[in-house]
Amino acid sequence: MLATIKAGELCRKARIPPFHAGLRALSADLMSTYTIQGATGDWEVVIGLEVHAQVTSKSKLFSGAATAFGAEPNSQVSLVDAAMPGMLPVPNRECIRQAVRTGMAIEAQINKWSRFDRKNYFYADLPQGYQISQLYHPIVGEGHIDIAPDDKNPDAVKRIGIERIHVEQDAGKLMHDQHPTMSYVDLNRSGVALMEIVSKPDMRSPAEAGAYVRKLRSILRYVGSCDGNMEEGSMRADVNVSVRKPGDEFGTRTETKNVNSVRFVMAVIEQEARRQVDLIEDGGKVVQETRLYDPDKNETRSMRSKEDAHDYRYFPDPDLLPLVLEDDFLADCRASLPELPDAKRHRYENALGLSSYAAGVLTAEVETARWFEALITEAAKTAGKSEADVAKQASNWLISELFGALNKLGKSLEDSPVTPAAGGELLALIANGTISGTIAKQVLELMLETGDSAGVIVEREGLKQESDTGAIEAVIAKVLTDNADKVEQYKGGKEALFGFFVGQTMKAMAGKGNPQVVNEMLRKALG
Amino acid sequence: MTDLTNLGVAAIRDGVAAGSFTAVEVAEAFNANVAAAQEALNAFIVTTPEAAITAAKAVDADRAAGKPLGKMAGVPIGMKDLFATQGVQTTAASHILEGFKPQYESTVSAKLWQAGAGMLGKLNLDQFAMGSSNETSYFGNVISPWRRNDGGNVALAPGGSSGGSSAAVAARLCPAATGTDTGGSIRQPAAFTGITGIKPTYGRCSRWGIVAFASSLDQAGPMARDVTDCAIMLEAMAGFDPKDSTSLDLPVPEWSANLSGDLRGKKVGIPREYRVDGLDADVAKSWDDGIAWLKDAGAEVIDISLPHTKYALPAYYIIAPAEASSNLARYDGVRYGLRDLPDGSGLQDMYAATRAAGFGAEVKRRIMIGTYVLSAGFYDAYYTQAQKVRTLIARDFVRAFELCDVILAPTTPTASFGLGEMVSDPLAMYLNDVFAVPASLAGLPAMSVPAGLNAQGLPLGLQIVGKPFDEQGVLNAGLAIEARAAFTARAERWW
Repeated sequence: MLATIKAGELCRKARIPPFHAGLRALSADLMSTYTIQGATGDWEVVIGLEVHAQVTSKSKLFSGAATAFGAEPNSQVSLVDAAMPGMLPVPNRECIRQAVRTGMAIEAQINKWSRFDRKNYFYADLPQGYQISQLYHPIVGEGHIDIAPDDKNPDAVKRIGIERIHVEQDAGKLMHDQHPTMSYVDLNRSGVALMEIVSKPDMRSPAEAGAYVRKLRSILRYVGSCDGNMEEGSMRADVNVSVRKPGDEFGTRTETKNVNSVRFVMAVIEQEARRQVDLIEDGGKVVQETRLYDPDKNETRSMRSKEDAHDYRYFPDPDLLPLVLEDDFLADCRASLPELPDAKRHRYENALGLSSYAAGVLTAEVETARWFEALITEAAKTAGKSEADVAKQASNWLISELFGALNKLGKSLEDSPVTPAAGGELLALIANGTISGTIAKQVLELMLETGDSAGVIVEREGLKQESDTGAIEAVIAKVLTDNADKVEQYKGGKEALFGFFVGQTMKAMAGKGNPQVVNEMLRKALG
Repeated sequence: MTDLTNLGVAAIRDGVAAGSFTAVEVAEAFNANVAAAQEALNAFIVTTPEAAITAAKAVDADRAAGKPLGKMAGVPIGMKDLFATQGVQTTAASHILEGFKPQYESTVSAKLWQAGAGMLGKLNLDQFAMGSSNETSYFGNVISPWRRNDGGNVALAPGGSSGGSSAAVAARLCPAATGTDTGGSIRQPAAFTGITGIKPTYGRCSRWGIVAFASSLDQAGPMARDVTDCAIMLEAMAGFDPKDSTSLDLPVPEWSANLSGDLRGKKVGIPREYRVDGLDADVAKSWDDGIAWLKDAGAEVIDISLPHTKYALPAYYIIAPAEASSNLARYDGVRYGLRDLPDGSGLQDMYAATRAAGFGAEVKRRIMIGTYVLSAGFYDAYYTQAQKVRTLIARDFVRAFELCDVILAPTTPTASFGLGEMVSDPLAMYLNDVFAVPASLAGLPAMSVPAGLNAQGLPLGLQIVGKPFDEQGVLNAGLAIEARAAFTARAERWW
C-alpha cells in the first residue's frame, strides 16, 4: 500500500520569479508546491483533467464499422454512423469490456447499472445531431491513480482522484482544405468509442498534470484499452485550470479543449494560470469559458463563454436499454487484467532486488516491462540460475547498454534487432566469465550490426576472455618489466598506479583478460 | 369469378396455396383498385405495381415447384411510408426526405417479403407519424373512403398517423397494410375506418429501418380486415432483431393457430376513468355492447381503476416530442434528403433553411415542444415529471392486471371527423388519442376492432389492452367481439 503524501509535505518549495520566462524555465523540475508569485502574493493552481481515450476495439461503439486510423475518408462508415433514417445503435460488448477493465485498473467503483444519454447539438461532424454519452449514470465511478511527479524521487507519491469514466461516441472530422468555399466531412471517426476519464481537481502543478497523463497513458496501455497514441488523437485532454490564494475556495475555472500532448498540457497550465493571476490582479475576473491552445504562439484563446454555451438537452437515449453488467462478465474482466505498473514496480524492487529508479524505468511502458521479463527468463534459462539472480545484471545491461545503443541507432525497443533471447545469451556469457563487460559492449555492437548471436560473434572474433593464468602471468611480467619506473613508484607508496597496471595488462591482452584473474595476479606480482 | 379484392389475408393465402387463383391474379386485382382510387383517396405516396407482380410471380413459381410457401404467400400489402424500403422512395410523408431511396430494407418489411407478401406501394401518413387525421402529410391528406349517412360529401379523416393504411384497407386497395403506433397511430385510424389493427407489446417488432418518431413508444403492427388476418400478419412481422437493442428476445407465438373466442374463465376489466363526462353517446353505447358481447363469450366483467389516466396525454405530449426533437435532428441537409443552401450562407443558415423548408407545421411544433421540455431549467419540471407519470401509469396497469386479463375501452372518444375541422385546434386533435395513449406509455399490446356504426353511419372501434406479451389474450377477446359485432358495413365506393 502506498502512502498518500500531501503536496505540502514534499521536499522543496520552488519560488517562481514573477516573469513568464523564469516561470517557464523553472517549471520543468518543479515540485508539487508549485506557486505563482503575483503582485499580491503567492497563488496556487488547481488542475483537473478530462482525458478522452479512444477505446481499442475493431469496431465502433454502436456499429460494426471498422476503426483503423488513416483509412480513406468515409471508408469506415456504417448506416448507423451516417445516421440514416431508422438506424439504431447496438452497444459493442468489447468497448464496454475495455471501459470496465480500465475502471478496475484504477481501482474504481464499477457501476453494474449504467445508462446512455443523448447530448444534443447540431454540427456537420455529428450525423445524428446528438452524441451518445453517459451523463447521469456513468459505467465507472470513483477511483484513483498514484503519480510520482518527480523523476528523481520516485517514491514521493501523490494520489489523484478519478471522478468517473464514461463511454461515448466520437464525432467525425471536418476537412476545410479540400475546396475553396466548402468544408468536407469525414465520418470515419464518427461513432468510434471513447472513454472520458475525469479526474478530481487534485493536481497543483504542471509537473503533476504531466505525471498524471503519463501514468494514465501507461495504465491504459498495460490494460490494452487504449493505444495512448496522442499524435493520432487516440488520447487528448481537456484541461481545467483555476487559481486561488492558498486556503481559499476554488476559483473560477476555464477549460482548454483537445490538448494532444503531455508537453502541451503542461504548457496550457502554465500559460492559463499566469493569465488568470494577471487578470485577477489587474482587477479583472476569470470567466468560466472554453478555450483553445495555440501551440505555435504558446497561448490559450477564448472559444466560447458560458453564456453562449450549448444547452445540450441531455436525456436518456430511448434507443438503448440501461446497461446491466452481469457478475460473470465482471469476473472475466477482472481475470483478464494484467499486472499493472505499480504492482510490477513493487515486485521488481522487492522480489528482483532492483532499485526504485530501475524498477520505475522498466515498468513505465508495458513494452519495456515485457521485454525485460523475456530477457530475464532467457538469461536465467541460459545461465541455469533463477530470474532474481540475473535480474540486476539484466536491468543494468538493458538500461545502460541496450537503451544507449538503440538510441544511437534511432531505434526503439520494439524494433530492436536484438531479441530478449539474444540478450539473454549475451548476459549468460558475461555471467559465466566467457567475456568481460567491456568485451560485451563490443559484442553488442556487432550483434546490432550483423544480427548474429553473441556466441557466434565471440567465437568468430576470438573475443573469449583469457583466464589461463600462465598466459596472463607472461603478459604481466612484460608489463612490469616495461614499466619498471612505475613499479618503483608503486612500491614507494603510490598505490593509485595499480589501475594503470591493470589497464596496461588488459590492453596488451586486447581486453580479453579476465579482469578478476588479472587483478589477483597483479596484486601477487606487485607483492 | 369472385372479386379477389374482397378477400382478406387468410383467404388469399389459402386460395393461392390451393390453386383457386394465382398470386399474380390477386396482385393485378389490387393493383387495379389502387390505381382507380389513387386520385380520389390519395392513400399512397408511391405505388409499386411491378413490385407486387414480381413478388406474386415468385410465389406462383414456388407453388408450381412444390416449394413450401410463407405465412403471407401471395398476399399483396401496402407499406406505410415510414418503413425504409430498399430502392423505393421512403419519405415519412415529409418534404425533407422527398426523393430519399434507402440502400436498406427495414427488418419488418424484409420479414414480410420473406413470408411471401408483395408491395403494392408506400402508404401516405401524417408527416413523421405526427398527427391524428393525416392532414400533416407533405403529399396531401388521405381521404377516408367513408362518408356520413346524411347524403353529404364532406371529406372525412381516415385517422392518423397510419391514415393511408386504414383508408387503403377499408377501401379494398389492399387486404392488409403495415402501421406504426406511437400514441394510437394504428388503433385510432383502424377505428375510424372500420378495420382491425393491433399494436403488439413494445419490442415485439423490430424498429430497425422504421423512421423514428419517439423511440420508446414506436411500435409496428398490422392493419387488416379482421382479427385472424392481423394475427397471421403479426406473426410474419414480429421477432427478435439483434439490430434493435429494445427488441424482445422471445419466440414468436403461433397466434393465428391459437385463436379462440371462448373467454370462459377470463376476466375483462372496465376502467372507470375512461368513462369521462360528456362521452359521446354512440361511443358509450358501443362500449356497453362490447361488455355484453364479452360476457356472452363467457368472460367475467369487472370494474377496474387506472387512476393516473388523466395524466397520460400530457405526459405523452412531453415524452414523444422530447424524443422526436432529438430523433429528427439528423435531418440537417448534410448527408441526404433536402438541402437548402441559400447563396453565401454557412452551416447554421443551411440548417435553418433546410429544416424550415423541409418540415411541416406540426413537426416543427413538436420539435419546439420537445426542445423546450428538455432544455436546461425545464427538464425536471417537464421531462423528469413526465417519466414519473409514465411509471405510475405502467403501475396502474400492473395492478389492474392482477385483477383482470384484458381491459376493454373505446378506441377513440368520437368517430371520424371532417377534414379541416380540427386543424386549427391542435389540443382538440391531441385529445383524439386520449384512450390510446396510456397503453402506448405502458408498452402494452392493444388492438382496435370494429364495433358498429354511430348515428352518422361512421365506424366505431373498441379497444382491447392486454398484459405484456399477451397478444394472444388481446386477439382472442378481439375475436369474441368480432364474432358478435357482426360488423359487415363497408364504405360504399364513390371514387
